[in-house]
Amino acid sequence: MRYNERELLSLARQPAEKAAEVLMRVPKKGSVLKKRLVKLVVNFLFYFRTDEAEPIGALLLEHCKITKEEENVFSISFLEEPERKYRFECDSEEQCQEWIEALKRASYEFMRRSLIFYRNEIQKMTGKDPLEQYGISEEARFQLGTPKQ
Amino acid sequence: MKLNERSVAHYATCDSPADHTGFLRKRVERHHHHAHHHHATSYQRRWFVLKGNLLFYFEERDSREPMGLVVLEGCTVELCEAAEEFAFAIRFDDAGARAYVLVADGHAAMEAWVKALSRASFDYMRLVVKELEKQLEEACKSLAACRKSPRRSSSSGRKRHLSNPALLPLPEKPTILENGYSTWGGGDDILGGAACPDHDGGYAKPPPLPPRRRSAASSTAGSPAAGLSPAMPESPVSPETACFSKLHNWYGQEIATLRREWQERQKRGHP
Repeated sequence: MRYNERELLSLARQPAEKAAEVLMRVPKKGSVLKKRLVKLVVNFLFYFRTDEAEPIGALLLEHCKITKEEENVFSISFLEEPERKYRFECDSEEQCQEWIEALKRASYEFMRRSLIFYRNEIQKMTGKDPLEQYGISEEARFQLGTPKQ
Repeated sequence: MKLNERSVAHYATCDSPADHTGFLRKRVERHHHHAHHHHATSYQRRWFVLKGNLLFYFEERDSREPMGLVVLEGCTVELCEAAEEFAFAIRFDDAGARAYVLVADGHAAMEAWVKALSRASFDYMRLVVKELEKQLEEACKSLAACRKSPRRSSSSGRKRHLSNPALLPLPEKPTILENGYSTWGGGDDILGGAACPDHDGGYAKPPPLPPRRRSAASSTAGSPAAGLSPAMPESPVSPETACFSKLHNWYGQEIATLRREWQERQKRGHP
């Protein structure tokens, strides 16, 4: 699958929501824990060798599951392959919890669900659709239950 | 750079909601090895699926895997003066990056795509969510205020029981939302820990705005019908502003201007 790698690399250089040095292990046979700089930008988690400017890789954080493992450790896995886990070891339990929270909110789909929820609640409370004033109430991305296209 | 391509491809093809889909003709970008050759521009018809800030394209509508992906961050979407009618371009702020030129089937399709793509960035969605979050807080507060007041005539007449209006929290988010599609993983790991987005969330400062639009002068050959009108004011929102309504007016004006220009072009020359 082709993708605009250049733009993704550019995105990796943008200010991060969150960044830290952690130990990371990818779900490949024989892989070991390695020290990495991980950087959360929009719905991507980039990971770098600690002394390099360009990331080794990126994880798109859609349809992923963030799991608390043992102390200081969390993992990321994806919907279609739940047993393949990317493992991250933090310096502290606090740091671990912060990352779990941040990563859970880092998907577009999470924002979409939040938006639909708020829209619905506001509508119930005030009787008005909050998106109407912006002229975007009909946009597909904001609908309760968009039909399959 | 590695990417979790299998998961990305899965996201593209699963039945989570697509924000826009349709056939578009995509300009084929060739490398011009020989400066003296003029390569004829060709286009290939592909099936496009927009999900969030990701634009996927498939060889055929029923292809099981995407051919490609365009990550829509740091880009602008403009009408373009290509040889083709109904053409628009996705251009990136990064100087020297290639543009994606796409051609729609008709005017309505073009307009719909430009609109959908213009609103596709993560930051745009984040702004809308923050705005609604604020509005919900305000709605809760004013309902609480109504309850405290001895005169209840200003209430909307709803029989909502607010047990402790002074400390009214934001409603808890259900793990399975009403929108009909279930969340994955039983909700616990994904939504359970985040009953309500924090007021500050992970954001210590206002979220960054979507990238600024480039003016027509810098991107076209000067044709008044292409890109943004030169008379269009620069974005009224500075990088420090997080004023959603301003940003929205600005997007809205831009769409209105594009539409006007198109209509004028239609009247002027096109049979």
